[in-house]
This record gives sequence, C-alpha cells and structure tokens, in this order.
Amino acid sequence: MAEALSQSGKARLGRIVIYTCLLIVALLYLMPLWVMVSTSLKPLDEIYGGSFIGLPKVVTLDAWRAAWSQACIGTECTGLKPYFVNSLLMVIPAVALSTGIGAINGYILTKWKFPGANFVFGLMLFGCFLPYQAILIPMARTLGLLGLAGSIPGLVAVHVSYGICFTTLFFRNYFVSLPDELTKAAMVDGAGFFRIFWSVILPTSIPIIVVSCIWQFTQIWNDFLFGVSFTSGSSSPITVALNNIVNVTTGRKQYNVDMAAAMIAAIPTLVVYIVAGRYFVRGLTAGAVKG
Amino acid sequence: MSTLEIDRVRKSYGHFEVLKEVSISIGTGDFLVLLGPSGCGKSTLLNMIAGLETISGGEIRIAGKTVNELSPKDRDIAMVFQSYALYPTMTVRQNIEFGMKIRKVTQADRAKAVKTASDLLQIDHLLDRKPSQLSGGQRQRVAMGRAIVREPKLFLFDEPLSNLDAKLRVDMRTEIKRLHARLGTTIVYVTHDQIEAMTLATRVAVMKDGVVQQLDEPQAVYDRPANVYVARFVGSPAMNIVPAVLEVQGSTATAVIDIARRPAARIAGITLSSEALQRYAGKKVLVGIRPENFSIATGAAPPSLTIDFDVVEPTGPDTLAVFQLGGVEVTARLPPKQAHAGQEAALSVDTSKTVLFDIESETRID
Amino acid sequence: MSASTRMSSRLAAWLPRIVVAPSLLVVIVTVYLFILWTGLISVTSSKFVPTYDFVGLEQYVRLWATPRWHTAVANLFIFSALFLALSTGLGLLMAILLDQNIRAEGALRAIYLYPMALSFIVTGTAWKWIMNPGLGIQRVVNDLGWTDFRFDWITDPQMAIYTVVVAGVWQSSGFAMAIFLAGLRGIDNSVIKAAQIEGATLPLIYRQIIIPMLRPAMLSVIVLLSYIAIKSFDLVLALTNGGPGTATELPSTFMFSATFRRNQMGVGAASAVMMLMTVAAIIIPYLYSELREKNNG
Repeated sequence: MAEALSQSGKARLGRIVIYTCLLIVALLYLMPLWVMVSTSLKPLDEIYGGSFIGLPKVVTLDAWRAAWSQACIGTECTGLKPYFVNSLLMVIPAVALSTGIGAINGYILTKWKFPGANFVFGLMLFGCFLPYQAILIPMARTLGLLGLAGSIPGLVAVHVSYGICFTTLFFRNYFVSLPDELTKAAMVDGAGFFRIFWSVILPTSIPIIVVSCIWQFTQIWNDFLFGVSFTSGSSSPITVALNNIVNVTTGRKQYNVDMAAAMIAAIPTLVVYIVAGRYFVRGLTAGAVKG
Repeated sequence: MSTLEIDRVRKSYGHFEVLKEVSISIGTGDFLVLLGPSGCGKSTLLNMIAGLETISGGEIRIAGKTVNELSPKDRDIAMVFQSYALYPTMTVRQNIEFGMKIRKVTQADRAKAVKTASDLLQIDHLLDRKPSQLSGGQRQRVAMGRAIVREPKLFLFDEPLSNLDAKLRVDMRTEIKRLHARLGTTIVYVTHDQIEAMTLATRVAVMKDGVVQQLDEPQAVYDRPANVYVARFVGSPAMNIVPAVLEVQGSTATAVIDIARRPAARIAGITLSSEALQRYAGKKVLVGIRPENFSIATGAAPPSLTIDFDVVEPTGPDTLAVFQLGGVEVTARLPPKQAHAGQEAALSVDTSKTVLFDIESETRID
Repeated sequence: MSASTRMSSRLAAWLPRIVVAPSLLVVIVTVYLFILWTGLISVTSSKFVPTYDFVGLEQYVRLWATPRWHTAVANLFIFSALFLALSTGLGLLMAILLDQNIRAEGALRAIYLYPMALSFIVTGTAWKWIMNPGLGIQRVVNDLGWTDFRFDWITDPQMAIYTVVVAGVWQSSGFAMAIFLAGLRGIDNSVIKAAQIEGATLPLIYRQIIIPMLRPAMLSVIVLLSYIAIKSFDLVLALTNGGPGTATELPSTFMFSATFRRNQMGVGAASAVMMLMTVAAIIIPYLYSELREKNNG
C-alpha cells in the first residue's frame, strides 16, 4: 500500500518535471515572438529607456504605420507596402504553376511509368537539395539574356524552376500510394490521360495539393537569396526590403519599426502556419519520412 | 457471339519471361477461370486481355477480332478489380455512370442502365453514397454494377473476392454465378482460390510459371489432373502423392507401396493403356489418391492397406485421418467417428479414381 | 480505321513523356547545365562579367589563399557541428517528452515548430534585437541587479558565430522534433509493452530500444540539417551581415559577396563548386540509400 502510494507519488513528480521542461522550452520559443510584437507596439523612447521584455506602457501603432508606408528602403521612403505587393505578385503565380506542374509530373511518374521514369525522378529529387549558390551566376546571366532580369516574372520563373523539384516529390510520393487499379479501371471505362487526371486522380489529391501550396508559399515568400541576387530597388520582394530597412545605419535606430517590419514580413506565413499547421508539418517531413 | 482466343501469347519484361506461349480458347458464355499461385502470370494475362499490358508476342482475339493494338476502351470489355478501384470522390451513381459519360451515352439511357444494374445487384439504396461509406460486399456489388452497365462482350474479374471475409466470399461467389447464369456473358476470372475455380468455372486453366498446366472442365481437372502440380493445387486437402512400384497383371496394374513395420499396400485393378502397362511394368511411379477415395474396409470393399492413424482431425461432416504411407504423410477423408489417433485400421482405395504419374516428368500416365 | 486507332494509341503511349518533357528540360537546364556553367566559370578569369578564357585551377588556388575563405570554412565547421548537435539533441528530447501522453501536445508542438514558418531574415532581425548588448537581454539582466553580466557575443568577433548557432537552433530544432515525433509514433507499441513486462525502466527502454529504432529518422534529421547549415545565408546576413569584420562569414555569404560585391566572379564560382561538392557528398549517398530501400521494400 505504502509502496503503491510512493510509486504514484514518484509518477506524479515525473509528470511535473516533464510538464515543467516542456513549458520552459515553450516559453523560450515564444520569447522572440513576444519581444518582436511588444517592441513593435512601444514608442521609441520607451525602448531606449530600457524596456525590453516588459509589456508596453504606451501602446502605439505608429511603428507599424511607419513600417508599412513610411520607412525608407534605400532612398525610397515608401514603407514595405509596395514590396509586400511584389511578394504577393511573385508568390501567387509561382505557387500555382509549381503545384500544377508538380501534380501532373507526379501523376506521370507513378501512373504512366515509362522506361527511365525513376531516373527522371532522381534527377528532379537532387534539385531539392541543390545549394543555390551553385546556379546563381548562370541564372543571373540567363535572366539577363531573356530580358527578365530584375523583374517579378523573372523571379516567378526561378521559383517555378526549382519549386517543381519539391512539388513533383510531394505528388509522386502521394500518388504512389493510390492503387494503380484506379487508373486501370478508368482506362477500361474509356478515360484517357487527361481525363483520368482531372476526374479521378486530382479530386482525390486535395490534401497533397494543400501541402504543396503551403510549402511552396512558405518557401517562396521567405526566400531571400534569389530576391537579393536577381532583383534590385523597387522590384524586390519583402524579405529583401526588410533586410534593407533593418540595415539602415544612419540616424537613431528605430527598433520598433524594425520589429513591426519583421512582423509584417512574417504574418502571411504565420497565418498559413496557424490555419494549416498540420499540412505544413507534412510538407516538412515529406523529404525525410519514406513515402 | 463473344469468343475469346488467346493464341501463343507471350509476355516478357527484358529477359524475364512472364508468359511463355499461352494458348487458350473459349466459346460464347463460357466462364474461364485462370487459376494459379501469385506470380504465375494469370493477372498479367488478364491485363493483356484488357489491354492494360502490351503483348510481347502472339495474338488475342475477342469475338474473332484481333485486339492486340486496341486500347482498353475499344475492346468492348468490362473489368472488376481486386481492390474494386471505385473512384473515391464520386458517388456510387457517378461511379457507375463514369464510363457511359465518356462514351457520351444520353442522360436518359444512363439513368435506365443505372436502374437496371442497381436493381439486379440490389444497390439502389446506395446510389448517392461515397465508396468510403460502403462495406466490402457493397463495394464489390458497385464494382460489378459498373461493369454490367457497359454490356461488354467480355467480363474480366481480377481476384474480386480476395478482399472479403470468408462468409461474404461464399455469398458473393453465389452472386457471381447467378449473374453469369442470368447475363450469359463470357467471363474470364482470375483467382488463386481453387474452390472458386471449381464452383464458378465452365473451364479452368491452371497456370504455373507462365505456362498453362491444364485447360479443362473443373471436374476433369479434379479427377484427371494433368500432372502432380495440378493434382496438388486443386482440391483441399490436397491429393496424396505416394511413391510406388507398378506390377502388371494382364490388362490391369497394381501399385505396391511400402509401409513401415507393415506389409506393403497393394492397390490393385488400375486400368492403363497397353503402352503404359508395357512401359511402366516393374518401374517406380507416383500414385495419386484423393483423401475421399480412402474408406474403411468392409466386406464389400476389401482392404488394400493396413496402417496406424497418427493424427485425427474431426471437421464436422467428416474426419481427416493422417497416417504414413510410402514414406510420406497421407490424409484420408472418412465419415465422422470412424477413426481414432493411434488406432490400427484396414483401408480400401477406390481404384477407378486413382491416378498415376511418371516419377521423372510428373505428368499423368494414362 | 485500324491505322488511325493505331496512330492515336501510339500518340497516347507517348503523351506522358511529352507532357513531362518540359519540366525535365527545365530541371536539366537550370540544375545540371547551370552547375556545369558555374564549373566552367570557375576555371576562367571572370571578374565582373564572365569571360571565357581558360586559366586552369587558378581561381581555386586564389580561393584557398584567401584568409576570408578560411574563416568561412572554419565557421562552417563550428556552426554545423554545434547547430547539428544542439538541434538534434533538443529535437529528440522534446519529441520524447511530447510522446508521454501530454495533454496540450498539439499546442506545444505548434509552439516548437512555428519558427520554421518564418523567414531566416525575420529570425535574424528578431535575434539581432534580442542579443543587442545595449538594449536586449544583457540590459534586462543588468537592470535586474546583476550589473556585470555580459551577453555581447554579437559584437565580439570571437563569439559572434555562436549567435548564429543560437538563432539557427531556435529556428530548426522544431523541425528535428517533428521528424523524431513521427518516428516515435511509427514504433510498434507492443515492443515497449514487452520490455515493460520484462521489468525494464522507462529510461532504459528509451536508451536501449526506442532511440536505436529511431535511426532512420536520425539519419534524415542529420542530412537535412546539414543541408540547411551549408546553405545558411539569409540568417547570417540578417543577424550579423558576416561581421563583426569577417567573423561570421560562411561559404554561402562568401560566394555571394565575392560574386556580386567584390567583382571576383571566378573566385565566387570556385567557392560555389566547393559548396556543391560538399552537399553532394552528403546528399547523393542519402538519396541513393533512400530510393534503394524504397524499391526493395
């Protein structure tokens, strides 16, 4: 009896330790977000007065307003707004195109296997792990030759080119688990290549379409390397503009504006993460856990 | 008229030959079962008939017309798959209608066809459900409905019952047989289950390693298996295959089988052709005896052998008794309560049903 | 009729290949051809624009004679080793703790993983602010009364690389956790029950049975985190901009600044080739084994 009691006491202590550890780590992980949000809501004087972690004494949206429409990026003091729009104009077509192309590639590489299909897949798979430094110079030259240098369509083309490696991987691994008999049945029913794709395969692939869209959206929205390498000035995506705001070296540093700007750049992907986190995790682990 | 001729058909992937010159021919209204273990090439052959696999050599003719180059939709066939392959996002009705929509059948005709098929299969109350809301047996019916509305020259079934539980499998088997009787369409049916083959087929093709071992009516395959492989594959418990020496007396033969610590068994009165009698006299052969062809010896049926039962397994309607014969384990199917473990018994053998096989080639001796 | 159906069936047989061809072409050009092109530039004397005169391995010699590159390579080793060890360790620990029937598991998992949804630029910006010696954590602790507490790594050339490690671990350990958690959930519970019946304690079960069973997940985590480490660029740029001085230079930032800021395209290309070879040495065996296992299984 006494032993059982001490046993359950030990177990309870164990639970308390586990929960405490988990909560401490959670607080550490939330701390940067909290610091960003609270700093962005404080007036500059309060920040220089030494309020870092605490609640803002005075809540003001001035910094957000400044970051959105007044902050200077280089010599242009337009705020992040036009760059936010640039990122949207880049991310929407790039996500749609890469997801669509990946879907049909995955369909072909699983349901219409031809000799060498696995090799084709292998070629694309390596593209997922390409360090992009290895293609920066040729891509810059090529975009120049095509007249796409420094333009949003140019960035879309770059993101689609490398994005299809990921989307093909997603869809291929998903379609592999759909029974081949489904396509066979549709063939016997008289459906052709495109008909099977539209009427039979695509309606079953909503989850993986969501995964692909979220993954591509996050990747492309958060991209910095392509943005900073292939665009300049007013055609930059938001990450590049954010970095420019933060790295301004003249005058008194406006930390609250920096943080508001960082939040503005982070909000779209955070919202996607909060709304569809489950699918986001599936995208993350798709490259690692075997299909 | 919907005959099927498979004429010296071959299939190979690279150097690996899956099918080696398979020839099968069946008539209108036949129910052909392709029977064999997994990997014997039966599903490949079915897919080739359907047009889902290319043909490496030979010809397939449906209703006299060569279909080698035709795509599945132009072959006038319908197919039921092992996993049923129902389109998961469509309702039952949409599943059944899908092929007709592609063939541009009018709305009215589609509705009529769906009505007929769903009445026939008793699935009219399921028409607006999704496949995920159906039980295994219901999915099976829908898959058949999808095939029926096609009104094909040829029905193809790819192991349609293997995903069902035992009870349902028996029910659906009856259902398929009834359907065949009612529609009279020619059917090719793939299975690894010999009971399905026996109960459904008008013709059975037993396959192994891409070769047809025997093509015949089910009873003939059971009674006169072409070789040891077929003998063992068809029938449960399997046919007993026992080594023996053949003694010839005039126009009949006696198989002499050693039994440990007992006088040798003598199965007398086996009739064979005169060439076979001449050729195998005094030679070693294999004797094939079905479990039910043993019986407890009575006055009317004098004993051929005396043995001791090792294990006795009552199954209800009869008792399976296991004993040693000729150095191998042998099973006899006896009426209930006639056998007990460790008991000595005198058995007789129905010689007219006994089959002999060559010990080298393992083919039947006639 | 038969001729036309044959034509159409032949077209149907080729259709999938025709449809996949443009994607394949794009990948061949933008991945493989471009790699070759970079390799080509690395053996020329290209500076501001590519010039196609063969100079042999001169740029590689120059690269390896550059102190800044040595700093970058050394930093990559320090950063990768710590980043990998800490992310993997923390990720594994969190995954194991989360796997103990935790009540708010979903919420906690979401908290550990949200940094992964952020841009490295955002992460860098936030941590730059947090580690600001004048106004960040150091100030907070000083104000609490511990006046000689110092947390000024970000301005200390000796310590600055560790700030990149901290921010990197914060961003990526949740990713390791997610993969480990998926691995833990894939383990058959009966194995654990069997060990419990034999009287094994929970820590022992983890050490002897469960963690060894996580080997495939471990491999994935290590490979994917190595890849993240090698291509880390935005994080350094936003957090320290490679500084102070060249203290946090990494191969990725070196390549970028050599090519686009210092007009040493040849050296930049040579450094890119070095990076590619490092990644390939890790990734190709990994992909090969993953694909082969998949085909066998």
